[in-house]
Amino acid sequence: MKIAVLSGKGGAGKTFAAVNLAATAPKAVYIDCDVEEPNGHLFFKPQNVTEKPVHRLLPQFDSTLCNGCRQCVDFCHFNALVYIKEKPTVFSEICHSCGGCLLLCPQKAVSEIEYPVGILQKGTHEQVEVITGVLNLGEASAVPVISAALAENKGTEFLTVIDCPPGSSCSVMESISEADYCLLVVEPTAFGFHNFRMVHELVTLLGKPCGVMMNKLDNPYLPLEEFCQENNLPVLLRMPYGENIAQATADGKILVEIDEQAKRLFQDLLQQIEAAVRS
Amino acid sequence: MKIAIPVDETKNAVCVSFGRAPYFLFYDTQSGASDLAVNPAAEAEGGAGPKAAQFIVDSGTAVVLTPRCGENAGNVLQAAEIAVFKSVGTSIEENLTAFQEKKLEELTSFHAGFHGHQ
Repeated sequence: MKIAVLSGKGGAGKTFAAVNLAATAPKAVYIDCDVEEPNGHLFFKPQNVTEKPVHRLLPQFDSTLCNGCRQCVDFCHFNALVYIKEKPTVFSEICHSCGGCLLLCPQKAVSEIEYPVGILQKGTHEQVEVITGVLNLGEASAVPVISAALAENKGTEFLTVIDCPPGSSCSVMESISEADYCLLVVEPTAFGFHNFRMVHELVTLLGKPCGVMMNKLDNPYLPLEEFCQENNLPVLLRMPYGENIAQATADGKILVEIDEQAKRLFQDLLQQIEAAVRS
Repeated sequence: MKIAIPVDETKNAVCVSFGRAPYFLFYDTQSGASDLAVNPAAEAEGGAGPKAAQFIVDSGTAVVLTPRCGENAGNVLQAAEIAVFKSVGTSIEENLTAFQEKKLEELTSFHAGFHGHQ
């Protein structure tokens, strides 16, 4: 079973929820897809870490074979190719590595080169396998690193918890692409609610079953409560504001490992999700 | 010599954007003829700069007058050896005159080209 944890707004508690969910299971894989600033490792402090590079493919053009037909330039939906001084040129940060120009070129003048975009780190913490995607600074698209991090876990039989990036754009879509269930973490504020609705729209569009975890909850936020009721969204966990939680997080500790009550809450959360996926 | 200027939706004033300008005005200094063309990149999802610059390159333009220009479009124009001058104010006619009287300065700063789209 694969559970994706997302929130729209940053700082709502995605990593808190994802780390504690993974640490609650008897055996789990945690994948940090927030590759622009992965921070799950701050809590897991994984051991025996191995690293490997992530590449994406960029087209290169053989000017001795190119006859200037410009089919590649006209085809490129992302406008990543231009034809100047009788040769095609690629804008690497606009190119989405779709490979269309390579397939299309009647002269076979296009080949592909590997271009490094980040790394994957793999290690363990107790019963949790920790996979962390790290995007190189300055790279425009996180998708290749997220896709490599997810592929690293292909075919696993264990519970997989995917810690998504904030927002509701391509990188989030990629992160939840293989999820069986989406846990929407929401902070009971106007800002939190606004972005929550955006990710709710996204998971609905993609037909993913989902449930809600309200985090940092002191008083119920009425528009959010009403929205959940109207849309039949199950609220699986109401996590209170707590100094002990803030303290554990600031100390880089995993709450369920030091707090029995929190452990029971997350066990219950996990059971509810498992039941929802089975039904 | 052909001069290109990005033109806004009024069809009568210089556009603040190069890549996403709705139109380009092409002015031929020899014949004095001008031609307003739709910018094929105006509504591109991404890569509007390079696509608009490609349109300018293919038109045989020698000089672009624009208030600003992105890095990617700038790279295309430079690679094609097209000169880029900084327009002043929004009047198309005044800018054409100012350029021909050598009163415009070359555009030297190109803003970051890719606005974080994925």
